[in-house]
Amino acid sequence: MTSITGGARIVDDGREAASRQTRHVIGQIALYSALVVWAFVSLFPIYWTITTSFKVAKDVQAGHLVPWVDFQPSWLGWRSLGLSPDTIGTLSTVRDEFMLRFFNSIEMGLGASILAVVIGSLAAYGLSRFQYKFLWMRNNDISFFFLSQLILPPVVLALPFLVLYKELALLDNPVGLILLYTLTVLPIVVWIMKDQFDTIPTELDEAAQVDGLGPWGTFVRIILPIALPGTVAAFILSLILCWNEYFFAALLTSSDAKTLPVMVASQTGSQGINWWAMAALSTAAIMPLVIIGVALERYIIKGLTAGSVK
Amino acid sequence: MTTEPVRGGDLVGQGIGPSNPQRRRLGIGLIVVATAGLLFVVVSQALDAGGAIHFGFSNWRPTLYAYVVWAIALGWGQVLARGEAGWRALFILPAVLFVFAFALFPTLSGLFIAMTDWNLSAAVGPRFNGLSNLVALFSDRFYWNALGNMVFYTAMVMVEYAIAFGLALLLNADIKGRKFWRVTFLLPFMLSPVAVSWMIGKSMLEGRFGPIARLARWLGWESPTFFAQPWMAKLSIEAMDAWVSIPFVMILLLAGLQALPKEVQEAARVDGAGPWQGFWQITFPLMLPVSVTAIVLRMIFKLKLADIVINVTSGGPGGATDTVSSFIYREYRDRSNVGYGTMLAMVYLVMIIVFVTLLLNFLSKRMQRMT
Repeated sequence: MTSITGGARIVDDGREAASRQTRHVIGQIALYSALVVWAFVSLFPIYWTITTSFKVAKDVQAGHLVPWVDFQPSWLGWRSLGLSPDTIGTLSTVRDEFMLRFFNSIEMGLGASILAVVIGSLAAYGLSRFQYKFLWMRNNDISFFFLSQLILPPVVLALPFLVLYKELALLDNPVGLILLYTLTVLPIVVWIMKDQFDTIPTELDEAAQVDGLGPWGTFVRIILPIALPGTVAAFILSLILCWNEYFFAALLTSSDAKTLPVMVASQTGSQGINWWAMAALSTAAIMPLVIIGVALERYIIKGLTAGSVK
Repeated sequence: MTTEPVRGGDLVGQGIGPSNPQRRRLGIGLIVVATAGLLFVVVSQALDAGGAIHFGFSNWRPTLYAYVVWAIALGWGQVLARGEAGWRALFILPAVLFVFAFALFPTLSGLFIAMTDWNLSAAVGPRFNGLSNLVALFSDRFYWNALGNMVFYTAMVMVEYAIAFGLALLLNADIKGRKFWRVTFLLPFMLSPVAVSWMIGKSMLEGRFGPIARLARWLGWESPTFFAQPWMAKLSIEAMDAWVSIPFVMILLLAGLQALPKEVQEAARVDGAGPWQGFWQITFPLMLPVSVTAIVLRMIFKLKLADIVINVTSGGPGGATDTVSSFIYREYRDRSNVGYGTMLAMVYLVMIIVFVTLLLNFLSKRMQRMT
């Protein structure tokens, strides 16, 4: 940094360097304490939920925080879900209910994400490579048509869908929710995938065409493998959004197709101070996502930032 | 239905144009037959539903299946009739037909529902009542109250943005273990709002045993309640929503920061500008496009806020935390008022479209002037 090295300034420089040193140290301390503070803000609710699922009533009332230090972990909360070591082998209606909701959530999340990624990446590839004309709409208008679905608040779709699904006998049916979730995540998939395809040079397509591949052969054999990271990103993001969706699930399902968020929500109303059970349920509901978040963070960030930075 | 590639556009293939007249006729014939079939099913279902004839349909699924068959025939016909151009149209047809069926149709039928007095718990079906739902809406105090709350929640996006920007700067600084911090900061975004409603809203903010209430008591607040006074309740809801969503804004801004040319920031430092000046004079202006994207996206998502409110306060106390979505949700859940609720939603949609359009126009004008 200091490019001036005059003889008269050597003494001065020493003092300056020292003060720069202290300023640097203070800066570092401020930096890392800010990081620690926000890490605490981000993690404490998760820590709190997990530990509370191992508490009993008196631990909750006394405000104990650290397991083994100020309270002895107990399986009480997990037992009420039928998921503690001593109840896992026995019959439990609550566990059956929970597993049913859990697999419903997985089924709908996977179904909608796969469907959205398939039709979304096809459309994105088409929009990225070919010129379409449909009535007055050109490529930009069609892209906008897809993206504009993002603005639609769920509440606008909810009641018409309620009526529509009633007529189609799709209420409380996993297929109904899968189709609806596909619709809600489709704009995001198209957005991510179009961004992805735009970065792949068209020379590759041309070379494939010279080799005698049609547009579909080119797409499946050449372009799709290159676009795989983007596809994974779109898939993961869709999965998260579907897994967490509550609004439609609450309105359009009643028993068979209920998802995990609906189950969590239905328990919150009737709670006394039955915190351990709620905490165990919440922990079980958020754990898959925490694991996905830690393991696949790279893809989530890739998906979130698609197209935002040119 | 012509999604027709413009001739001579990019990627001119070999076999462009219809193959031979016979295949072409076959393709068009297929589409015509399929369309006729779809119309037949729709009309007969409509007549059946109207009671004119009796086929004994138990629901409208035949129409759904007919639509699927029609869509397949349409795609096949395109390929037969137009060769390579048809193959290209096949890329976009599934998504277009899907969105058309599942977004446009419900929205349009929503317009009709909005003009009826349909109540699901009433014995009679929907009766057309014109614009009287719209008239009722104007004197619905709770709806306007919810809209007012939305203004507050949307304005708070700027606070979320400021915090997220700070966090993005932290993560962009020269720190050790960046991946660890990034994953940690991202985690709240992964959690479902419903779980957060319990984790924070119902347990951590609980007045007697919640850790935040304990902290507040320790700090000298006699009997902390977070959902009793209107403003406190609004802020608590907003804090929970911010906790979930700040990572989203932060990630966008971080990507923007990492895309900034390093030389520009170096130049700022060499010029003797302090970090504070360097930020406001160099980083912040360069980050404006990304910031605008992040804020607009976040506002669009904020306008859908519902889950946390439904689960924590149900709009209370006295509607202080109500959002439009949660209000309409209760209008349906508690009163089965489908017709009126749909009108509320439709009006809200119009407001959102107007707001977002104005916002984007305003921003694009401002951005042009600044660059």
